[in-house]
Amino acid sequence: MTPFSKKIVTGHSSALDFAQPEPVDLSSGKYVKLWQGPQHPGITGNMSLELTLDGDTIIDCKTHVGYLHRGFEKLMERRTFIQNFTVVCRIAVPEPTFNEYLYSAAVEELSGIEVPERAVWLRTMNLELMRLASFLMWIGGMSGAFGQYTVPNWTLAYRDYVLDLFEEMTGARIYHMYIVPGGVRAGLPDGFEERARAIMDGTEKLLDQIERVMFNNIVFKARSKGLAVIPPEMIDPYGIVGPNARACGVERDLRKDEPYLAYEHLDFDVITGSDSDAYERAYLRLQETRQCVSLIRQCLDKAPTDGPFQADMPNVLHWKVPAGETYVKAECTRGEYGYYMVTDGTEFVRRVHVRGPSYTHAIAVMERLAVGNNIADIAGMMVSLHTYPPEIER
Amino acid sequence: MNDMLDRLQRDFGISDITERKPTLTTLKVDKDSAERLIRELRDRENYTHLNFMTCIDYIEDGIFTLVYMLHNYDKQHGLGIHVDIGRENAEMTSIHTLWAQAWTYQRELREMYGISFPGSPRVNDDFCLEGWDQIPPMRREFDTKKFSQERFGHREGRHSEVPRDQMKVELYPNRGGDEK
Amino acid sequence: MIKSLNTEDTLENAGLTEEEQKLFSNARPQAYEPYPIKAVEDFANWARANSLWILAFGTGCGAIELRPLMTARFDANRFGVAGRPTPRQSSVFIIGGYASVKTLKRIIRSYEQMQGPKFVICLGICPVNGGMYFDSYNTINQFDQYIPVDLYITGCMPRPEALVAGIIELQKKIKRGECDGANRYVENFDWYKANQKKVIKSWDMPDYNW
Repeated sequence: MTPFSKKIVTGHSSALDFAQPEPVDLSSGKYVKLWQGPQHPGITGNMSLELTLDGDTIIDCKTHVGYLHRGFEKLMERRTFIQNFTVVCRIAVPEPTFNEYLYSAAVEELSGIEVPERAVWLRTMNLELMRLASFLMWIGGMSGAFGQYTVPNWTLAYRDYVLDLFEEMTGARIYHMYIVPGGVRAGLPDGFEERARAIMDGTEKLLDQIERVMFNNIVFKARSKGLAVIPPEMIDPYGIVGPNARACGVERDLRKDEPYLAYEHLDFDVITGSDSDAYERAYLRLQETRQCVSLIRQCLDKAPTDGPFQADMPNVLHWKVPAGETYVKAECTRGEYGYYMVTDGTEFVRRVHVRGPSYTHAIAVMERLAVGNNIADIAGMMVSLHTYPPEIER
Repeated sequence: MNDMLDRLQRDFGISDITERKPTLTTLKVDKDSAERLIRELRDRENYTHLNFMTCIDYIEDGIFTLVYMLHNYDKQHGLGIHVDIGRENAEMTSIHTLWAQAWTYQRELREMYGISFPGSPRVNDDFCLEGWDQIPPMRREFDTKKFSQERFGHREGRHSEVPRDQMKVELYPNRGGDEK
Repeated sequence: MIKSLNTEDTLENAGLTEEEQKLFSNARPQAYEPYPIKAVEDFANWARANSLWILAFGTGCGAIELRPLMTARFDANRFGVAGRPTPRQSSVFIIGGYASVKTLKRIIRSYEQMQGPKFVICLGICPVNGGMYFDSYNTINQFDQYIPVDLYITGCMPRPEALVAGIIELQKKIKRGECDGANRYVENFDWYKANQKKVIKSWDMPDYNW
């Protein structure tokens, strides 16, 4: 076996029988139980993994969530429709804008409000900028999970420029509260376009440098090729979405399959990979980051610069949305993000369910893929699935 | 699409078929035929993706409505399947053998609503809450604000405005906020 | 052989077996005394203020602005701030935003493992009065009932500049000698433990430090 070949481990013997692993006898002294717990620098947020080890190899993994549970779905039932939009962006902490957009889209569908064209383009640009910021942070996390700390410093520092763009556009760095039911809250300030284009040029150069430093690095390649392979037959039974699925070769992208906002007018291809291991997924996300840059440039070219950015809304203090239900989806960096909303004609929403893609990735998929791997690779595996804990337990 | 819905109506007795938008249709089915219907949709009609599984509490009618959202990637069409079960001793057949993420959803519903899914793996494990000693919190009779005030306390000095009253004071300052 | 420093009636976990007692120190946490000579104490405070090592535990929303804080633009390292992975090596615990009940238990556990003198900074409005989750059944409303807090930085989120201002304020407070959170915890140990037990129902933590 050459020093850099890796035995491909895909988890349980038959990933498709969904059976739980057999419990082991912990008192025999042969196995050790470790918590890669909430206070740990090697996890993507505040969740924990309960690992049972046989030497260095993991034989059982259980994901524990709930450290960030705030009961959003209950809180949303107590607030009126216009009060809710301030709360929803906090559901997925590292990538908040999709919540605002989906909540607004669901309410608009149910109440029949049509958003003006300028607002549609501004929303698209905001979402693509958010995808860019989230991908930059993810690239840093992926590199840091394998011990290479140069790249996180680059991407987190550069991401600050994108947060500056957000601050110009919306007024805040992290929780924008910019996309409201009816449109957006404000237009673009003067000079925004030049600054945005300059930052996009800088991002392209940064991504080229990252490709040289991170993806051509021999240690990164050796550790991540062959790690946490997702076979294509695991995608539908496990509900795997987003880049994790596209890396297997299936062409599923909500921006192309069910176009929303201004994506029909934008020119891009669905990026797919060949076989989904950690390296392939990371490379695919790098390509998608470049795609984000290109899409933002197209939005800056094609967006109308004048016109209303908010539709005529009813009096929001007495707003009653007609009864109905709907399910809206968007393609965030991790896959299909969805809002299911049920209203019953009163001032309060009846039920909102937030479908986060990490719900399956972090629990069912992670528990299956971790088995048989080395404990040193767990952090890399978790980051390569791109799991964000807040959207699991909301 | 309509042939499929007619066939399902004949074989499974579905009702309340409503087209919400071109890519989403909802329908209602009996509790006893639900699992067979979902299996048929997954195996024969190519609705292979389970988006989510959730529950709506209709306390005034005394039922829980379980919602299963399935998706067909070839036709790009979604089906929302509603199943009504009673609120007292709520129980439903488990679908953990159909999709791998189903047992997580069922675990969450057991914790949040108190619905039991016999046979689902690890369904009685805690999901989000630890040491919870009250009724399942998503039920509508659970008053979350009252519970929060009692359990966690309340710091003095917090000032809340009701927007309607505040606007009256601002618009009619001479009359002390009186509209008339 | 562990020598017991307290009588039986002060500890509630007195009913542990002999095997379990060997694992834990069964003494209550001890307060540390300041240095008798004021100049030495001032020097020690200066040293503590300029080497604040924070514990890497992203407890909530606020953790998202801690990463940009460490980059070159805002550069917390010039104040001596570094992130450490273990509570044994850190002296500042930054509570990033709200604390759910499950996280609160781990926060307390990590806090008790830190060695005094230790300081707590709370970010955001949620630890002050519950913030926007004031009516949530799973988030606490007043954080300083469970752990002594030295500094609050309000905002939602506080920007990295606000965090830097907070660090400078904490440094000044330490140099004045006012940050005795660890001693406050020891002196009011029963009160803090009673508050914690009122909220955390699945109690499997030691009552003493170990």
